[in-house]
Amino acid sequence: MAKTVDLIAETAEPSQEMQPRSLTSGVEALREEGAVLRIPNLPEGVDELPTEDETMIINMGPQHPSTHGVLRLMLELDGETVLRSKPIIGYLHTGMEKTGEDLTYLQGTTNTTRMDYLAPLFNELVFSLAAEKLLDVEIPERATWIRMLMTELNRISSHFTFLATNGMDLGASTMMIFGFREREALLAFFEKCSGLRMNHNYIRVGGVAADLPDGWRDDVLFLLDDLPERLIDYDTLFTGQTIWQERSQGVGVLTADEAIALGVTGPILRATGVPWDLRRTMPYLFYDQVDFDVVVGTYGDTFDRYAIRVNEIRESIRIVRQILERLPKGDYRVQDKKVTPPPRARIDESMEALIHHFKLFTEGLKVPEGEVYVPIESPRGELGCYMVSDGTAKPYRMHIRGPSFVNLQALPHLMHGGLVADAVAVISSCDPVLGEVDR
Amino acid sequence: MGYFEGFRVTFEQLFRPRVTIQYPEEKRPKALRFHGRHVLNKYEDGMEKCIGCELCAGVCPARCIHVRGLDNPPDAPVSPGERYGFVYEINYLRCIHCDLCVEACPTEAITESKLFEFSFSNRQDAIYTKDELLVADDGQPKHLPWEDWREGEDLHTSAWVRATAPNGDADYEGRVAWSAELGYGVRPPEAGQLGDDDAGAPIDDITVEQVAEGGHH
Ligand code: SF4
Ligand code: SF4
Repeated sequence: MAKTVDLIAETAEPSQEMQPRSLTSGVEALREEGAVLRIPNLPEGVDELPTEDETMIINMGPQHPSTHGVLRLMLELDGETVLRSKPIIGYLHTGMEKTGEDLTYLQGTTNTTRMDYLAPLFNELVFSLAAEKLLDVEIPERATWIRMLMTELNRISSHFTFLATNGMDLGASTMMIFGFREREALLAFFEKCSGLRMNHNYIRVGGVAADLPDGWRDDVLFLLDDLPERLIDYDTLFTGQTIWQERSQGVGVLTADEAIALGVTGPILRATGVPWDLRRTMPYLFYDQVDFDVVVGTYGDTFDRYAIRVNEIRESIRIVRQILERLPKGDYRVQDKKVTPPPRARIDESMEALIHHFKLFTEGLKVPEGEVYVPIESPRGELGCYMVSDGTAKPYRMHIRGPSFVNLQALPHLMHGGLVADAVAVISSCDPVLGEVDR
Repeated sequence: MGYFEGFRVTFEQLFRPRVTIQYPEEKRPKALRFHGRHVLNKYEDGMEKCIGCELCAGVCPARCIHVRGLDNPPDAPVSPGERYGFVYEINYLRCIHCDLCVEACPTEAITESKLFEFSFSNRQDAIYTKDELLVADDGQPKHLPWEDWREGEDLHTSAWVRATAPNGDADYEGRVAWSAELGYGVRPPEAGQLGDDDAGAPIDDITVEQVAEGGHH
């Protein structure tokens, strides 16, 4: 018993700090070589472990342009080489999971949408899918196709933001301008559908808030014609560009085994060659009815992580084309009086409708007791929602498995033995969204 | 070869349309459904639409609406209902423009305009009261000195209501389900799925193409 206590005491390094070597002992000291995964031999290029007076512990962030939000990294450096590193998070913590317990299922999506702010529609979708599974309602086909359309376009816009920031972090400012330019067109489409550029509250429990706006098909067709052309420029400027390749190939390598051991998902996992994409492996919505390829990499390095996203944009475009052909007419919110408010016109016609309207907007919709976990493939990996209902109109517990959060624990491993300059490339290639990490 | 191909892409940008605009002199047109600052609407006879039911305050996830209803004075009623909104305040330091209040309102009293460029120098000013929210005598939103209104932004004040009015029921699409507004009359509905087959874009909504080309048109 006493021994267990000792062990805990030995490994307890303050979570917001990295101690100098002389104070670090036990399990923590083992990490100096391999972060979370322990590697028995010395990293390449380091002859022998430096003594304490040769290394330096520095802070990178929390306010650093390349940390993508307020991420703080403590790095132990031997000259330019990164030895230990520790991501320190929590700067954006606003207690969104706890807030979720205080909002009804109707209001819940306004909250969850703010977690991963580059892929808001995915957050709404995962929350809605979880609640719908508890409710056990059948979502109209049109709603499901609209959800697929919107989330695929959102995946494209999120990947373009990745390309923009990834380029900027590596000094390719053209890429930043390009990425944001393309994203702007996609955001204009979201704005037209939901009235908001981000944090849409568009996908709701039971369907989607509003039908697609007039003229939407022209807009989507324009995007589908325009984006592939623009991607050719990315290939010329970056994918096939020697400077870009030399800068990113072989930097921050992760093997498939390591990635799986660390629980990494999304493009980082696929870059190591594991074809794990929830749209394929555990299909949700109608992903089993569309044709697309899961893009995988070979080397698991920064370049692969970049190239996967470029090509995932192409796959998403392919999916959107199929959605355009298949989108049926019909209801786009489940017509269940206990879930969806009545059409506006019914309020004047029927007292019953008016009562349902009042009840839904004050008390909210009641969800039967139970607990579920629903995973979907967000642009960053497995986004899951674990929801417990106690039968009231508010979740008893709402937990989000944020892919950025889990992927972040691969950072110390990816950066180990690399240069400080590569650390920037590595963080950026993981594409963390701190809003989702901290929640 | 790689290097020079890259230069070609850069060089070609010279002949592409400029996508940036000179904000704030120039502004991009806003989408029809855009969520901006709220307005409190009136009926065509000048009566206020708000009946003080507090549904909007109840549904607001940010809890930023404060409403108190009062019985209408029998000699000079403010609204056609039994009660009217006596106090109506929205705190814009909290509002997240989700428009749940707009969806909840049974009389289309509260809707959103296209204005979002406004600033305050203290917390008190961020709380809009009924005076500021209520539309003027011509039905137009009040143009307050610290707000940057541009032409046309006060036109489509109830677009999100029209978008969400069918609430997912395809049979109710394209049906007018809202009351007339002072100064604007009955707003036309969106075509919805009925307009799906015909490719024409509606009256004055933005198009993605327009934005992709920098909003110059
Ligand atoms: S838009 Fe949303 S946050 Fe703002 S007042 Fe209405 S319900 Fe509240
Ligand atoms: S604005 Fe609408 S919902 Fe709010 S109190 Fe007035 S009538 Fe009720």
